[in-house]
Formats: sequence, structure tokens, C-alpha cells
Amino acid sequence: MDGNSAAGEGAIRAGCQCYFGYPITPQNELTEYMAANMSRRKGCAFIQAESEVAAINMVYGASLAGTRAMTSSSSPGMSLKQEGISYLAGSELPAVIVNISRGGPGLGSIAAAQSDYFQATRGGGHGDYRTIVLAPASVQEIVDHTHMAFDLADKWLMPVIVLADGMLGQMKEPVQFHHEAPEVLPIRANALRGAKGRPSRFIRTCTSNVSEVEDLNWSLFRRYQLIQKEETAFDAFEVEDAEMIVVAFGIAARMAKGAVKNARKDGLRVGLLRPVTLWPFPYDVIGELGDRVKQFLVFEMSMGQMLEDVQLALKNKAEVSFYGRPGGVIPTSSEVHRVISRLYFQKGLGRL
Amino acid sequence: MLVKIIFAGFGGQGVLSMGLNLAQAAMDEGKNVTFLPSYGVEVRGGTANCTVAISDDEIASPVASSPDYIVVMNQPSLVRFQNQLHSGGVMFYNSSLIETGITRGDISLVAVPASEMAESMGSARSANMVMLGAFTRKTNVVSLDTLIKGMMETLKSKPKLIAINKQALTAGYDLAQQKAHARNVPGSF
Repeated sequence: MDGNSAAGEGAIRAGCQCYFGYPITPQNELTEYMAANMSRRKGCAFIQAESEVAAINMVYGASLAGTRAMTSSSSPGMSLKQEGISYLAGSELPAVIVNISRGGPGLGSIAAAQSDYFQATRGGGHGDYRTIVLAPASVQEIVDHTHMAFDLADKWLMPVIVLADGMLGQMKEPVQFHHEAPEVLPIRANALRGAKGRPSRFIRTCTSNVSEVEDLNWSLFRRYQLIQKEETAFDAFEVEDAEMIVVAFGIAARMAKGAVKNARKDGLRVGLLRPVTLWPFPYDVIGELGDRVKQFLVFEMSMGQMLEDVQLALKNKAEVSFYGRPGGVIPTSSEVHRVISRLYFQKGLGRL
Repeated sequence: MLVKIIFAGFGGQGVLSMGLNLAQAAMDEGKNVTFLPSYGVEVRGGTANCTVAISDDEIASPVASSPDYIVVMNQPSLVRFQNQLHSGGVMFYNSSLIETGITRGDISLVAVPASEMAESMGSARSANMVMLGAFTRKTNVVSLDTLIKGMMETLKSKPKLIAINKQALTAGYDLAQQKAHARNVPGSF
């Protein structure tokens, strides 16, 4: 199954009740899949909206009504959705947004890239807010992460972004589905489902009372602190005895893993640290590795965005090098292997 | 074991379905597999290609910078992909449409008159399956049985096409078998 359809099926099996899409390459198969399959379950809605902005605001409405709602797009479309995402964050509403990212800036290219890292992990829109960002590295993980995203969104009452890329969206791999769509979903306390027999609820982001907004910001901030403590996820591969650690996420981490395996075959003591959640970012883990390992290599399909988080985590304790291919160019595993070897020997690592 | 294959040809020649059928069969045999279609601004009559990676181990990258096999269905694909083939690799080419332009001396060649054979069966569109049959016989990446079962699975919504595709796969498979016996040079006949 291709990654786009896998995100769709994963969402349906997570109990997604409303999907609002707008076409953009390379995520079109996701909208197409939802058009064909949302009708499988009773009471589910699929709408091809008139624009990305309309789609995210439909998500806002559906989430207000207490349903599990989702939209998806690719980089330029994600930029258009940012206002809506900020409103979702400000209204403390859950939603799932899948970004099958492509080369930028501007319309960029339709090939896979990872240059939406800043946008995804820094909130993206205006105001003090964050979104949880999951970065799958295989089609199977797209399924698993989409499912997780709905649960996290409901748990923390906030938008969650699944950040994949054009290659993951287009490629086909075997996948397994471990869940059936739930028959009944829990009803959220802050949903607007009719005020019969109870006082009205207000869900809004606008008030002339600044102290109310300050309170909201503090409450969000405390929630984000908890999320950092509880939800940070990463994968470590061969880091125990490593003298150099490669840090990469998503499809790039997968290429890097192949490169690290080959470097190990050459006798190089290299490991891989892959953040699975890009926000919250595994600062502590990388920081602790920096107490022992003195050389890091960040590899991204961009000009270096996650690079800054790695630098923050390491606080100058270790040297950080960078290798990136931006704009939609797909690097190969052997290319990364060459970069690892060159850096390893340049820095005189592996000597007794 | 890790094998990477690039399939290339005209859009409409069934290049992507060749790759997809092979990927499906490899998956059915319990292998790790990735299928990556070319994703450009490609149209019918333009060029299309896809990359299939098959491995016993986890697949690091679905991209092939130097594939072990290439399957080219027309002249432009030959020009574009022959230099990417790994030294010592095998190139399968559609000899009905490719007559000249093979410049590599360090690779093995397998000529399959796929278009002509498909036309003689009364279904020009099945040239891809003739080629895939021949590919399977020469490489043994998957068995013919799984390939046919996989094809029946991918075509279950179009049952009318199953018989002709099965015939084409088998014809390609048999051709490669005969030729291999005739010359007895592995990968080159």
C-alpha cells in the first residue's frame, strides 16, 4: 500500500469521522482514498473543500462538535492552513493534520523534502503554541503514527501533525493494520453538541480581557511542559560504543540507518539517533550522549533545520557537522555512507 | 540479499504495473519490499519508471543509484538508465523497440521481443507481462507461481484481463528458459 493511502486507512481505523481535503501533489492519493473509503462507516463525512483554508476551518468546526477530524496537505498547502492551526491550538481543540511535504520555498518542487521542520515544530502560525509532531520513517509507521496522532490529540486537546514527505507518501510497502475502527468514541467534555439541560459552553480565542489570554497561555505552557516529559519518543541504533552519532528523522533516518550499518561493516563505530517526535524533541537524550560522544553529524533533506535543535541539545559539548540535500533532491544511502566515512577519518576517530 | 531493479518505458506500457506485480509477489514470499514510482510531471506517451527493492533485511532506501537489474521497454529509457546499471548487472531490453544504442560492455544483456510476442498473442498491451515473465525466469527473484498469484490479486477488479496476462507471463518465462538452454551463458542470451 502507498503511504498516502496508508495514512487514510490508519485514520479511518483510528475512528476518524470527518476528513476535509484539498488536492496537492504529492498527497493526492490520501484525499482520493478518503473519498472512496470514508463512506464505509456510518455517520462519517468526506468533503473536498474549496481551498486549504476552508478545509482546516471545517476541521475546526468538526472538532468543536466533538468528532475526530482530520485534514492533509503538502508544504505550500500547509502554509495556508497555519491560521486555522493557530486557532485550533488557541481553542484547545484536537485535530490531526498530515503533511506529505515537498521541496520549497514557494511552490518549490513536487519531490520529497524535509524543509517544513521549522514550520511544524515551532507552531507554524501566530501566537505562543506548539503542535505535537510525529515523523514516520516507513509506510507502516505512517499507519501507526496516524493512529497515535488521534489519541494524542484527544489526550492533550491540541492539533497533532504527522510530518512525512513525498517519497513516503508515494512509495508502496507491505503494511499491517492492528486496529479495527472503534464502534463508539468517548465523548469529549468540551464539545458543542447542543446545550439542552445545561448552561451554554463558550469555545473561543478572542476576548478583550488580556488576563484571560495570559491565563490561557500559562495553561498551554504547563501542558506543553508535561508533554515534553511524557511524550518524547526516539529510536537509538548502535549508540552504545559509538564515537560518532548521526542524527536524522523520517525517510532520511532510514537512509542514514543503512549508511550506519555499512559503516559498521567497515569497522567504524557509528550510531544513529532518530527523533520520532520532532516536538517534543529528545533534547535530554542527545544532551546525555554529548557527555560521551564528541562528534555528531546531522543529516536532513533540507539546509539544516533540525540541526539547530541538536545544537541546542548539545550546548557546545560536542562538535556538530551537517550534511543536507534540499529542494526535493533525494540523496542515496551510499552518499550518506561516504559522508560518514569522510568525517570519521577527518576527525581522527577510531584510533586507540 | 538486497536486489534493486529499475523498470522504465513509455507511460502506458505498463511499466509501473510490472514493478508493482513483482513487489506484490516478493511480499507474498515474505520478503521486505519497497516500490517507488517516478513522480514527475509524466503523462501517457512520456517516460515512466519505478524502482523496486527486495531484501531479506530491512530496506534502508527505496532509491537505487546503481541497480542490479534494469528493465527498459523503449529507446529513451535505454539512453536514460543504461549508465546507472551496476557493473556486472543485467539489462533486460525490449528488442522489438530497441535496436541500437547499447554502449556498455561490462553488463549482461537479455533481449526480449516483448512487444512482438504480445502482439502475436493478440494483446499488445501485455508486452510488460512478457518481459516480467522473462525477468523472473532469469533472475529467480520470485517464483512464477507467486508472480501469477500476485497478478491475479492486483487484477481482481478486472477479471477479464487475468487470462491474457497469465499467458503473457508464461510465454516470457518459457522464452527465457529456451534461450538460456540454447546459449547457456548466465544472464546473456
